[in-house]
Amino acid sequence: MVDTMNDKWIHACSVQDVPENGGVCVKVADLQIALFHFKRRGEWYATQNECPHRHQMALSRGMIGSQGDEPKVACPFHKKTFSLKTGECLSGDECAIKTYQVRVDDDQVFLSITDDEL
Amino acid sequence: MKIIIVGNGMVGFKLCEKLVAKSTKSLDLIVFGEEMRPAYDRVHLSEFFNGKSAEELQLAPSSWYADKGIELIIGDPILEIDRKAKSVRSYLGRVAYYDYLILATGSAAFVPPIPGIEKAGVFIYRTIEDLVLMQSWAPKAKTGAVIGGGLLGLEAAKAMIDLGVCDTHVIEFAPRLMPRQIDDAGSSLLQGKLESLGLTIHTSKNTQEILGESAISGMQFQDESILPVDMLVISAGIKPRDELARACGLEVGPRGGIVVNQYMQTSDHHILAIGECALYEGMIYGLVAPGYDMAEAAVSTLLGLEKTFQGFDMSTKLKLIGVDVASFGDPFVTGNDAHTIVFEDRNKGIYKRVNISPDGKELLGGILIGDADQYNMLLQTCKNKVVLPPNPEDILLGARGGEHDGGAGVTSLPDEAVICSCEAVSKGDISSHVLEGAATLDDIKKCCKAGTGCGGCVPMVKDIINHTLKAQGIYVRNVICEHFEFSRQELMDLIRLHDLRSYDEVLTVHGQGDGCETCKPLVASILASLWNELILDKGNDTAQDSNDRFLANIQKGGTYSVVPRIPGGEITPDKLIVIGQVAKEFNLYTKITGGQRIDLFGAHLSDLPTIWEQLIAAGFESGHAYGKALRTVKSCVGSTWCRFGLHDSVSFAIQIEERYRGIRAPHKIKGGVSGCIRECSEAQSKDFGIIATEKGWNLHVCGNGGSKPQHALLLASDLDSETCIRYIDRFLMFYIKTADPLTRTATWLNKLEGGMDYLRNVVVNDSLGLGAELETEMQSLVDNYVCEWKAAVENPAFRKRFSHFVNAPEEKDPTVQFDELREQKMAKAWK
Ligand code: SRM
Ligand SMILES: Cc1cc2nc3c(=O)[nH]c(=O)nc-3n(C[C@H](O)[C@H](O)[C@H](O)COP(=O)(O)OP(=O)(O)OC[C@H]3O[C@@H](n4cnc5c(N)ncnc54)[C@H](O)[C@@H]3O)c2cc1C
Ligand code: SF4
Ligand code: FES
Repeated sequence: MVDTMNDKWIHACSVQDVPENGGVCVKVADLQIALFHFKRRGEWYATQNECPHRHQMALSRGMIGSQGDEPKVACPFHKKTFSLKTGECLSGDECAIKTYQVRVDDDQVFLSITDDEL
Repeated sequence: MKIIIVGNGMVGFKLCEKLVAKSTKSLDLIVFGEEMRPAYDRVHLSEFFNGKSAEELQLAPSSWYADKGIELIIGDPILEIDRKAKSVRSYLGRVAYYDYLILATGSAAFVPPIPGIEKAGVFIYRTIEDLVLMQSWAPKAKTGAVIGGGLLGLEAAKAMIDLGVCDTHVIEFAPRLMPRQIDDAGSSLLQGKLESLGLTIHTSKNTQEILGESAISGMQFQDESILPVDMLVISAGIKPRDELARACGLEVGPRGGIVVNQYMQTSDHHILAIGECALYEGMIYGLVAPGYDMAEAAVSTLLGLEKTFQGFDMSTKLKLIGVDVASFGDPFVTGNDAHTIVFEDRNKGIYKRVNISPDGKELLGGILIGDADQYNMLLQTCKNKVVLPPNPEDILLGARGGEHDGGAGVTSLPDEAVICSCEAVSKGDISSHVLEGAATLDDIKKCCKAGTGCGGCVPMVKDIINHTLKAQGIYVRNVICEHFEFSRQELMDLIRLHDLRSYDEVLTVHGQGDGCETCKPLVASILASLWNELILDKGNDTAQDSNDRFLANIQKGGTYSVVPRIPGGEITPDKLIVIGQVAKEFNLYTKITGGQRIDLFGAHLSDLPTIWEQLIAAGFESGHAYGKALRTVKSCVGSTWCRFGLHDSVSFAIQIEERYRGIRAPHKIKGGVSGCIRECSEAQSKDFGIIATEKGWNLHVCGNGGSKPQHALLLASDLDSETCIRYIDRFLMFYIKTADPLTRTATWLNKLEGGMDYLRNVVVNDSLGLGAELETEMQSLVDNYVCEWKAAVENPAFRKRFSHFVNAPEEKDPTVQFDELREQKMAKAWK
C-alpha cells in the first residue's frame, strides 16, 4: 500500500507502541504530532499535539471518542474537543488544529508531512 | 404524469426526496445529471480534503433512486429542450418526453476575464472533480492565492491550508471581507483572526493579470504590485447555469438566472426552475436552504398543494477556519432607521453588532464574529419580531446582575417560529412531534428532519424537546451522554449484572457510538468501584482522564505532581528525608498541602516511574491525589500527646485511611478524625468525620469544603471502633452505588429524598436490608487493593507508556518551561 520510498511518508512507530483507543506523541524533527489508534473504528488519526486553547502539548494524552459520527479528541486540560477528521474545534471557539494523514503498513505506522513543515 | 429533472445537485436531489415523500401516486420520474456521480453534499465539499470520501459526501446512493422508482442518468447532460414537442435531448443522444420539466442546473463559478486566467495551476472550487485537480497540483505549490474574500473564497483558502499550501493569500476587490454579510468593523476583526491563523489578506486589490509561462507564477495587480504564487483558486462569485433556458427562449434576467414566480414556474408553465439557477424577484439565492424551500414550492405546484416560495432570509452562520461568523436580518441598517449596539472584545476576538428599531422594541438584524452562540436565538427574535427586553443590550450581554437571560429563551418564541431553516421546521412542528412520542433529538431528526442540515439549530431543538416534555409533566431522564441511554446508577447495575470488565465491552453491550470524555471516565470509575482491578488494565487506561491514566495530576505546562500517601498525616523523619532527596534529584517544587501531606510538583512524564520507584522503595504508596478516590483522612494528634485527647485519633485515622485507600467513587472522598470536640482535624467539613467522645466515636457524614461549604451531619453517636467502620462501609458503598457522576456526598445528600433521616435508616437501621451486602462489597474492594503505582513501575508494558515521545522515549518535552520562585521553581504562566 505504502510507497515508503516516497519521502513524504515518515515512519512514526509500530502499531504495538500505540495504546488501543488512545494516543501517543510522535516527534518529527521539531514537530510534535499526536497519533491516535481508534481501534473501535479501525481508524488512525494524527493531529498537532498542541492544544490551541492554552498552547499545551497535550492532545496525545486526551481521550478520544465520537460526537455523532465525528471522531474527536478531548484535551486533558479543559476538555475542549476537536474533530480528528477535520481538526475543527467542536466546543467553544478555539481555532482548528492541523490534521495529518496516517498510513499503516505491515505493522508500521507512517505520517504524511510536507517538507515545508519540517 | 411524466416529470424530468435536469440537474442532480443538492436542490435537484431534495426535489426527488420531497416528491417521493409527498406523492400518493407512483411517479414517472427521470433525472439527468451532468456530473459523474449522484448528488453529493456541496456545502461540506471542503471536508473532502480532511479525508471524507466522495461516497461519504453522497446524499444518497444510486440504489436509493432505483428503490424509489426514479430513473437516474448521470454523466449525460441535457443539451437541448424542445418546448413544442415537450422533450429533451442529451449529450449521448437520449430523447425523453415530459409533462413537467424542472431545471435544477445550479450555477457555475464566475470566472472574471483576467488575462492569463487559463494558465495551469488556476482552479475553480465547485465540484469534487475540481478538488481532485487541486489535490494533485498542491504538492508542487508553496504559495497560493484565492481571488475573492467572500464566504466561498475564505473556505477555499482554508482548503489550501489543509492541502499543505501554508503561505496562502486572499485577494478581495472590495475594501472588506465578506462584503455581503458583514460590516467594516466585523471584517477587520475577522481579518485579524484569519491572519493569526496564517492567511495573508489583501483588500481593495484588483487583479490585472496572471503571470507565468504555461503555468501560473504570479499575479499582477492594478496598483502594479506583484505577488509570486504557484496556485490560484478563483472564487469571485457564481453564474447561474441558464444556458438551456436561454436557448429555448425562456425569460432570463439581465445578469442571468431563469426568471420564476412564487410557484417556481418559468415563463413556460410546463417548465419550473429551482435552486441556484432560478431568479426570484431579481435575486439569485446562493445558499442551500432557500433552494430547499424552492423544491418544496415546486412539489406543491406539481402536486396541486398550497405552499409557495415567499423569498428567503439570507441569514447565515458558519465556521470559517474555526472562527464563528454569522449575520442575520438586515446586518447593515444605520442612521435614523435603527439604533446600533456594538460589543467588541479585541482580546478574545469577538465582535457583535445588533440593529434595533428606533423605538427599541424590535431586532432588525446583526452580525456576530468570534462567538455566534446566540445566533439562533437572535435570528428567531428578529424573524418573529419578539418584543425586546426593556434594556435591549441584554440580548447581547445577558441581563447583568439579574437571574434571567434577557428573556429570549425558547419559551418566548411563538409556535410559528422556524427553528430549522434548512428543513423549514417550526417550533410548533417540533413540539407536536414531541407530544406524539418523539422524545429524543434522534427521534425528531427521523420524523421531521429538523437538525439534519447544517446542525446549527440542534441546541434549540433540544431545548424545545425538554421544555415540551417538562410542560407535560414528563420526567426528563438523566442519561449520561449520547453514548449511554442510562443514568450512572442504572449503568452500574447493568455492568455488575453482565460482569463487564472493560470500557470497550460496556460500550459494545450497553452503548452506542465510540464514547466521549463524559462517559469514559464515568464507566472507568464504575468498573473500579465494582471490581477494584488495576485501573490501567484491560485497555481501561485510555478511558481514564489524563490524571488517572498517568496516575498523577497534570499541571500547567504538561508536567505532573506526585503525592505519596501519608496516612493520617503521620510521617517518620526517614521518610521525610527521602521525599526531600527525591524532590532534589528531580528538581520538584515541594509544598505541604491542605490535606496534611506533601505534594511534589513539576515532574516530567518520563520521570514519574523512577520517582515512584524510589518512593516505593522507601515504603510510600500512591496517594491517589489524581483519582476520584479517597484522598486523606486528616487527624489531630489525639490522646497520645494532647492533654485533652480522649482516644488515639491518629491511629484510628491511619486505620481508616488504609482501609479505604484506592477505592474509586463518583467523586473524591475525604475523612477526618479528631481526638475531642475541639475538632482540630476539621472532621465536620469532610465526607465522613469522626470525633472522639467519652464513650466512643461520633460519626458525621456528608460535609464539604469547596465553593459551597457544608457541615457534616451526625449519623450516629458513641460508636465503638468496629461499628463505626461498619457504618462507614455501608455509607460509602451506598453513596458509590447511587450517586450521580461527579457528585460529592454533600450534594448527594441534598438531593436524596428523605435526607438524613432516610440515610440513617439505611445505614444504621438497615431499613433496605442491604447492610450485609454493602459490607461484603466494601470488604471485597478492600481485599483487592494494590498500590497502582507499584503495579505500574513493575510492569514494563505500563512503564513504557510514561514517556512524552513514543519514538524518542528518553527525550523530555522541550516546550516545558519553568520560572523561579523563592529558591524553587514554578510553572511558566500560560499564554
Ligand atoms: C494540593 C492541594 C492544595 C494545596 O496545595 O494545599 C489541592 C490541589 C488541588 N485541588 Fe483541592 N487541593 C488540596 C486540598 C483541598 C481541600 C482541603 C482539604 O482536603 O482539607 C479542599 C476543601 C475540602 C473538600 O474537598 O471538601 C479542596 C477542594 C477542592 C475542590 C472542590 C471540591 C468540592 O467539593 O467543591 C476541587 C475541585 C474538584 O475536585 O472538582 C479541588 C481540586 C484540586 C485540584 C486537583 C485541581 C486540579 O484538577 O488540578 C488541585 C490539584 C493540584 C495538583 O496539581 O496536585 N480541590 N482541596 C490540596 C491537596 C490535598 C491533598 O493532600 O490531597
Ligand atoms: C465550496 C462550497 C461551499 C458552500 N457552502 C455553503 C454553505 O455553507 N451554506 C450554504 O447554504 N450554501 C453553501 N454553498 C452553496 C450550495 O452548495 C448551493 O447553494 C447548492 O449546492 C445549490 O444547489 P443546486 O442544486 O441549485 O445546484 P448544484 O448543487 O450546483 O447542482 C446543479 C447540478 O446540475 C448539473 N447540471 C447543470 N447543467 C446541467 C445539464 N444541462 N444537464 C444535466 N445536469 C446539469 C450540475 O453539473 C450540478 O451537478 C456552497 C457551495 C460551494 C461550492
Ligand atoms: S484552591 Fe483552586 S487554585 Fe488552589 S489548589 Fe485548589 S483548585 Fe488549585
Ligand atoms: S489547554 Fe487544551 S483545553 Fe485548555
